[in-house]
Amino acid sequence: MYFDDEPLPGGELSILPGHYSPGRFERVLRSGAFAVTAELAPPDSADPEDVYLRARIFDGYVDAINATDGSGANCHMSSVGVCALLTRVGYSTIMQLSCRDRNRIAMQGDILGAAAMGVSNLLCLTGDGVQAGDQPGAKPVFDLDCMSLLSTATKMREESVFLSGRKLTMPPRIFLGGAANPFAPPLDFRVDRLAKKVAAGAQFVQTQYCYDIPLLERYMQGVRDQGLDEKVFIIVGVGPLASARAASWIRDNVPGVHIPDAVINRLKGAEKQKMEGKKLCIELMQKIREIKGVHGVHVMAYRQEESVAEIVDASGVLEDRVPWYPNRNINDDNMRVAQ
Amino acid sequence: MYAVRLWSVRRARALEIVYRYAEKLFLILYPVFNAIGFERCEKPVAFVERNVKGFLFDCQMCGQCALSSTGMSCSMNCPKELRNGPCGGVRANGHCEVKPEMRCVWVAAHSGSQRMKNGSQILNVQHVVDRRLLGRSSWLREIQNLKSQQLSNK
Repeated sequence: MYFDDEPLPGGELSILPGHYSPGRFERVLRSGAFAVTAELAPPDSADPEDVYLRARIFDGYVDAINATDGSGANCHMSSVGVCALLTRVGYSTIMQLSCRDRNRIAMQGDILGAAAMGVSNLLCLTGDGVQAGDQPGAKPVFDLDCMSLLSTATKMREESVFLSGRKLTMPPRIFLGGAANPFAPPLDFRVDRLAKKVAAGAQFVQTQYCYDIPLLERYMQGVRDQGLDEKVFIIVGVGPLASARAASWIRDNVPGVHIPDAVINRLKGAEKQKMEGKKLCIELMQKIREIKGVHGVHVMAYRQEESVAEIVDASGVLEDRVPWYPNRNINDDNMRVAQ
Repeated sequence: MYAVRLWSVRRARALEIVYRYAEKLFLILYPVFNAIGFERCEKPVAFVERNVKGFLFDCQMCGQCALSSTGMSCSMNCPKELRNGPCGGVRANGHCEVKPEMRCVWVAAHSGSQRMKNGSQILNVQHVVDRRLLGRSSWLREIQNLKSQQLSNK
């Protein structure tokens, strides 16, 4: 797909009335389409080609690529670096920014730098604790929390000032997002927490892995009761589980991932567990798409990134839409999106 | 102390009432503090505050107390110093991702807030922390704020 005002790769789209960013991701969401985003595993390398290789496997299947920021408190190429490379060739990126590693001075600087490089979407995160990663001796910063980071970024965009009140000559034109975990205690507080994020400036949220549809439905009921689905785009996280053993390991070791016993038993009983994991993911995506108030899925296929295209394709959530990617055939009218 | 901290959350309603009366008392004492000078009162009041709130809440003396908005659970005990609600890493048993032996500060805060009359204050967004206030008395700051509010309402 491409837009009427398509820029040269690396250039920016215009900002439509009522929009906040020049990005494709906001346009896709506001057009009412069901969006697909995917998480790119940043390389442990200084080679830009490693980033492009990892992005290319999503071509034609995702609307935006999340660049993680030291996820799981493990060291990798920075999200700013990954986004700088991807925006050069026109990819729509969602830059993750975690409060764990930087104070407010560094973060406000990164927001400006990222926006200048063509990053249109920012995902404000608290970040996993340093104990979870490969550098447990690191100093955890947590100067801001995800909520005050959101309100800071909103202030920069809306008032064109730093937190200190010092003026910006050009504010960052970014679409702002946060994370949500509908599956972790205290469950009764999770919808209220989303409302707080919206109040702090979140325009989209991406959730933790969903393996429990009834729990998601209960959460979404609460979301709709508060009218939040009208105020924030909700992208639900999904991902294929490689095996029953991997699923048990994730449940026990990755903070905040809730996997019901039924899911693990289903994988255990399958002849080809990896295939069953993909099948389960596809089914979940199809069920999630039917839930009112959900605006997209976020595919986190850790160490199975090559299967994202296949999963998205099989799920049919994109219908006939082919998301933009570099070097696509722009003369193909099927890929055009009406404004 | 961890056990006292949990006890305090269970008595969030009672502590809320104590706080309301303490606030009134402090307002009555305002002229006294004013006469001595707030800066001169800072050290002794902060000393009392540190010990009282340290005992009851494991207070970290951030200097901008939000206890009444956090169900009487001091959010600065969260290893990520979250001031706006629980992170996504809370364990299934309601304990902390970083310190598995500790009940999540925000799970406690949520249950405390439901016992309180003005518990819905937990829904207010807390903005950035001013790190310069670390170790200073938030009681003195609070009565100065209340007094100036009173004056501007007149």
